[in-house]
Parts: sequence; C-alpha cells; structure tokens
Amino acid sequence: MLDKTATETHTLSVLVDNEPGVLARVVGLFSGRGYNIESLTVSEVDAERHTSRISLSTSGTPMVIEQIKQQLGKLVPVHQVKDMTIGPPHVEREMALVKLLNSGEARVEALRLADSFRARTLDSTLDSFVFEVTGNSDKVTAFIGLMGSLGKIEVARTGVCGITRGNQLDLTD
Amino acid sequence: MTAGKAKKSDSKQASGPEMLAGAELLLRVLEREGVEVIFGYPGGAVLPIYDALFKNNSIRHILVRHEQAAVHAAEGYARSTGRVGVVLVTSGPGATNAVTGLTDALMDSVPVVCLTGQVPTHLIGTDGFQEADTSGITRPATKHNYLVTKGEDLQGVVEEAFHVARNGRPGPVVIDLPKDVLMLDAPLASSPSPRMQTPRYQPQTEPDPAMIKEAVRILKKAKKPIIYGGGGLINAGPGASASLRDFVAQTGWPVTLTLMGLGAVPAEDSHFLGMLGMHGTYEANLAMHQSDVMLNIGARFDDRVTGRLADFSPQSLKIHVDIDPSSINKNVKVDVGIVGDAGAVLKALMAEMKAQNFTPNAEPLARWWKQIEGWRARNCLAYRQSGPIIKPQHAIRRLYEMTRERDTYITTEVGQHQMWAAQYFGFDAPNRWMTSGGLGTMGYGLPSAMGVQVAHPDALVIDIAGEASFMMNMQELSTISQYRLPVKLFIINNEWMGMVRQWQELIHGGRYSESYTASLPDFVKLAETFGMTGLRASTSDQLDSVIQTMLDTDGPVIADIRVEKEENCFPMIPSGAAHNEMILGPDGQEGAISEEGKVLV
Repeated sequence: MLDKTATETHTLSVLVDNEPGVLARVVGLFSGRGYNIESLTVSEVDAERHTSRISLSTSGTPMVIEQIKQQLGKLVPVHQVKDMTIGPPHVEREMALVKLLNSGEARVEALRLADSFRARTLDSTLDSFVFEVTGNSDKVTAFIGLMGSLGKIEVARTGVCGITRGNQLDLTD
Repeated sequence: MTAGKAKKSDSKQASGPEMLAGAELLLRVLEREGVEVIFGYPGGAVLPIYDALFKNNSIRHILVRHEQAAVHAAEGYARSTGRVGVVLVTSGPGATNAVTGLTDALMDSVPVVCLTGQVPTHLIGTDGFQEADTSGITRPATKHNYLVTKGEDLQGVVEEAFHVARNGRPGPVVIDLPKDVLMLDAPLASSPSPRMQTPRYQPQTEPDPAMIKEAVRILKKAKKPIIYGGGGLINAGPGASASLRDFVAQTGWPVTLTLMGLGAVPAEDSHFLGMLGMHGTYEANLAMHQSDVMLNIGARFDDRVTGRLADFSPQSLKIHVDIDPSSINKNVKVDVGIVGDAGAVLKALMAEMKAQNFTPNAEPLARWWKQIEGWRARNCLAYRQSGPIIKPQHAIRRLYEMTRERDTYITTEVGQHQMWAAQYFGFDAPNRWMTSGGLGTMGYGLPSAMGVQVAHPDALVIDIAGEASFMMNMQELSTISQYRLPVKLFIINNEWMGMVRQWQELIHGGRYSESYTASLPDFVKLAETFGMTGLRASTSDQLDSVIQTMLDTDGPVIADIRVEKEENCFPMIPSGAAHNEMILGPDGQEGAISEEGKVLV
C-alpha cells in the first residue's frame, strides 16, 4: 500500500544555461518554497552551448517532489529536469575528502578499512591521514561514520551526480 | 527631430548591424515590440534613457510620483488591454520601490516589463551611490530577470524579456541596465535577434489530444457538473471568454468564477452562480461542494477559494486546465490535468465533444439546477438599505446600476470594499475588472486606474477604494492631475480598515488593534488641492445625486461615500473551514473559527 505521505529522497539532474545568477535562481527556488536541498553540485558540461548541469539531492513527499520538478522546469534558463531516482537505471557517485587524526592500533585499523573501501590516501603525517573516497551516498556516509569512530575527523564532501546506464545520449536539441 | 526615425532610413541591414547608443537602441526595440506608453520615474542611472525619450515622439511617458505606482499603473494598463505594461525606474531605491508592484504582477500573472537603472558595470558590487542588488532582490519577485553587462546582449535580452512576459503564464520581467551599457554604442540587428531565432522559452499552449479525450469522457458522465473559471481565461484573451460563453450555452451547465476571472461570463447570465470562495455566494460554494464533475479552466485552486482542502469538492472528478504545468496537482489532486491555453483547450474540448456526440444529461441536469435554485433562493447577498446611513453594499450596487450604459472599467483596492465590489458590481466582459488578488496590495487601485485610463482615454474608469487603501498611494493624485486623467475615485469610507476589523471581531474578541484609520484628510478639500472635483455623500438620500454628479463630471473626481462603519462582509468561509460551513450573516459568527483555522491568514 503506497504511503503517499512518506518522505523520499530523489536525485535530480538539471540542465541549465550557464549564465550569471542561474544557480542563485535554482537555489532561491528551493529556499523560497521551503524545499530541501540535501546536496548539490554544478559545473559546465558543454562549453559550446554554454550549458551546465546541476545535480542535486532533495527530499519530500511524492507530491512535493513532483512540484519541485515542475517549478524547476518553469525557470527560463532550465532546459531539462531529470529525476534519476525514478528514471531508467543509472549510476550515482559522490566524493569525500576525510582527514583523520589518530595513532596506534586505531591508525592501522583506519588504513585497513580505507583499503576495503577502496579509498585512496592523499596525505599522511605520523598521526593523520587524508583519505579520498568515492561511491554512492550510502558508501560515503558509511566510510565517514567509520572514520569518525576511529579518531577526530574533518570532512569536505561533494554533492551527488548521476548519469543513466546504457548507450543513450540524453541531451536536448 | 527623432533619433529613432532618422536612423531608420540610414540602416542597411545587409552591411551588418547598426551601432547606436544603448539607450537609443532600447527605445528602438521597445517600439518594435509595440510599446506606446511607459510609466516611470527618473533618476541618475536612467538619465540616458530619459534623454532619448525627450527626443522620441512615438513613446509616451507617464510620470508617476512613486515607483510602486508605476508598476501598478503598468498592471492596470496590461490587464485592461492584454498588452505588456512597461515600467522605467532608476537604480537603488527606484528598483526597490518597484518590488511590491512586481510581486503583485507575479501573483496575478500580469505581463509587465520593468526597466531598472543600475550603476556602471565596473562599479557593481562596490556599494555605489543608489546601488542595489536589483537582480538578487527581484529574482523571487519576477517571472525572470536580466542584468545586461554587454551592449551586444541588449537587443536580444529586451526581445526575450517581452517574449517571456507575454507567453505562457504571463508575468513580470526585470531588465537591469547599467549606465555604461546605456551610454556606449551597441549593435542593433533586424529582428528577431539571433537569441530569439530559436527561443529557449517555449511553453505548451496546445493541449494533448489524449487528455482532451479523457476529459470529455468524464464530462459526458456529469450529473452535477460545475465550471470553475479563473484569471487564466482573462489572460488567454477575449476569445477565451467567448469560447467559455459558447461552452456554457452548449452544455447549459452552471459556472462560477474566481475573483480574477470575473467578466469571463456576463454577470447577468442565468448560468452564472456568482463568485466562489471565502466571500463567494452561497449557491456557488455549495454547488462546488456537491458537484460530481468539476471543470477548472485557468484557475489555480487558491486557498481563498478552496477553504479546507480536505473537504474541498470531495465528491467530484476534477479536470484542471492550466497553462502552467506546476499549477496542476499543486494544491488539489486532479483526475485529468490539461496543460494549455484556456481558449485553445476550450475549443479542443468543444470539438471533441462534437466528435463524441456529447449531449448533456438533461434530467439529472434539471434536478441539479433545481437544487441550485433552492440555494439561490437564500438570496445570500441581500442587504437592507433603510434609514440615512448608507450601506456599503448599496453604494456599490447603485454605482453599478447607474453605470450600465457606460463603457466602464473598475479597479479596486484591497479589503471589504473589494469583496463587495466583486459581489455587487456585475461584469459583462473580460478586461474590465482590475484588482489585486494574489498579493492583495492595498494602494493598487488608484495607480491601476491611472494605467487603465491612459489605455482607454474615453472610457469611464472608477477606482472603488477603501479610505485606508486610498491613503497608500494618494501621492498619485498629482499624476492624475498632471495628465488630466478623468478617473473617478469612489471611496467607501467607513473610517476603519474594514477587513482587518472584521477579523479582529471574529477571532480576536473585538480587540481592534491599530485598525482605525485616524487623522483622515477631508477628501473633498484634498481633491480641490489637486485641482479635482470633490464630492461627499453622508446620507442615503445624497447617494444617487453624488454618483450622478461624479459620472457627469468631465475631469477627475474624488467621491467620499460615508458608509456604515461596522458592516461585515458576508457570506464568509472562515479560514480553516469548508465550503459547506459558510457564515451567512452576523448571527453565525460566534465560535466560527476553529483553533487550527486561527493560525491561517
């Protein structure tokens, strides 16, 4: 039985004109209407057409998610809004840089765990590491949680970005 | 000598674009967009444009006395003509003063292009004199906005701004123009500019045929149908209202309109149940509540209309026609959503109904009408005018009756008088009724009436105002006087902010906190100060002659109509209540609002 009031998290991929203020416009839409941005990342993806892709993770009831997509689609600089979560199969990735301060057995354990998460060591001192971990949101969250229980940490984390599997190019015009 | 006209004969498009000063280019593009009037106020940042205007003979400039009024005037102009209203204000405070008007235009979907001055590009971000982050401030207040940083972008931006303002769901667009862009040369090509050759903004106006088929399938089953029409009908042009009248004539179905939709169907049409919603008629609200098929054309299920959502039209199948896809399933879940222009969709529906051999279900429809007539018999809008004190409803009713023969346009301010105007003034055609619905801006009506009068110099334009609202933009009396605009300012003067007082009576135990309009001017003397005619009706026997004198006067008039001070506006659906929980008169007020309802506006 579908619970229409349950909160879901969706990853949206929004293709926009790369013009001044377009990110402020999208973010302003969310804050102005009380929608939630869990994470966001943006970069130019087509230098010729001057388009950027904003990938963001938002949460709400199904009716709210639908409303968010419609409101985004109304913005003049927005070309396309894709809901990766309900679309065709896709891959998602996020990246985090995690600095960890510890020593002794905990330090050895941290290295072993980093290895099993396929995280890379970018920096090291005798009592710290900087790890780079990539994966879907759950994996990154799990890694951060683990490191956090092994010592003092500092985290810099990107938003999620996604792309569909298969051989279809999903571009407008 | 007009710079614009001189250059037209010089330009040889084959040899590339013409180079001219940004301000001149701006006016040329405005002329190409068919702009005839600009409402504005000068300032340092826009001096180049004012200089170009001085030399221009085809665009008329109306000097207001406050930038907010410029935008409301442009709104009145736009709503009464269907054209885009144009505003010109300076940087900093000029732009910030316009924000209320822009937000009003956004809420009511009025096409306005607002040109704002800005400090030169190299000074942006340095806290310069009269600098404001106009694009940041107006971003949530507009449909779209632009900051032009290079002359090469100027033509394309202006063309796109007009395109965005008037297409899809209309709305306000701001173009922020730094002074150096206005003074330096910029290229003007023949239209459309490269940017507009494939416009990026292409809203859907023609409906999906599958949705139309599905809608007609539902319409055929209707036994207790209701048509609910809104502002989208007005925005779609007079043709849409004509199509709606055809639809009603073909089906014989009852129709109700929102505040913004009044005039789409003639008020005197027997199928028209009156306005619905918080202060709508008894029959309109109950018909909505008990219908089995509801056809929404161009309305947005606003909270003033729906009341408690859980009990809104609980038994009906709902079809929602809207040009804005985000409006569909926003507040109310509907069974069929049709994205498209109201007029185009009505035509498509009627064509499909013909193809599917639609015939109204005569017997159930007759029974439905009988039920509706029973509700109508309640005569919920009846009032008693006896004795010397003028009832506000009576004042408006008499105004309506005495203007039937004239080409009349009505604007209003916000509050009880606005609701009474909607209830007692009948509109036979669209574009005759200008009011601030979504934002509810007091001070809208006076400048809006100016804009309407500028658009229709020979028409009768009346601002039905409350005395508190009137005070908000009364500096515009100077504008009215300067241009000899013969607007009639019909002030329903009850010495209170009536709607606020009514709510304080209902929910706050009669604690009338700050709702008395103290220190009112003598409106007759005020009129005379501005070179206008001032009239006053204090008793009911004076009413008709004051109205007649007002109508017979050639120039602008302020009519101070002293009315019953503590009259309340009924029917009323208190906030948090449903359509079948209307208060019909003063006796129903006790305990009318629930605890949940009290926190709602």
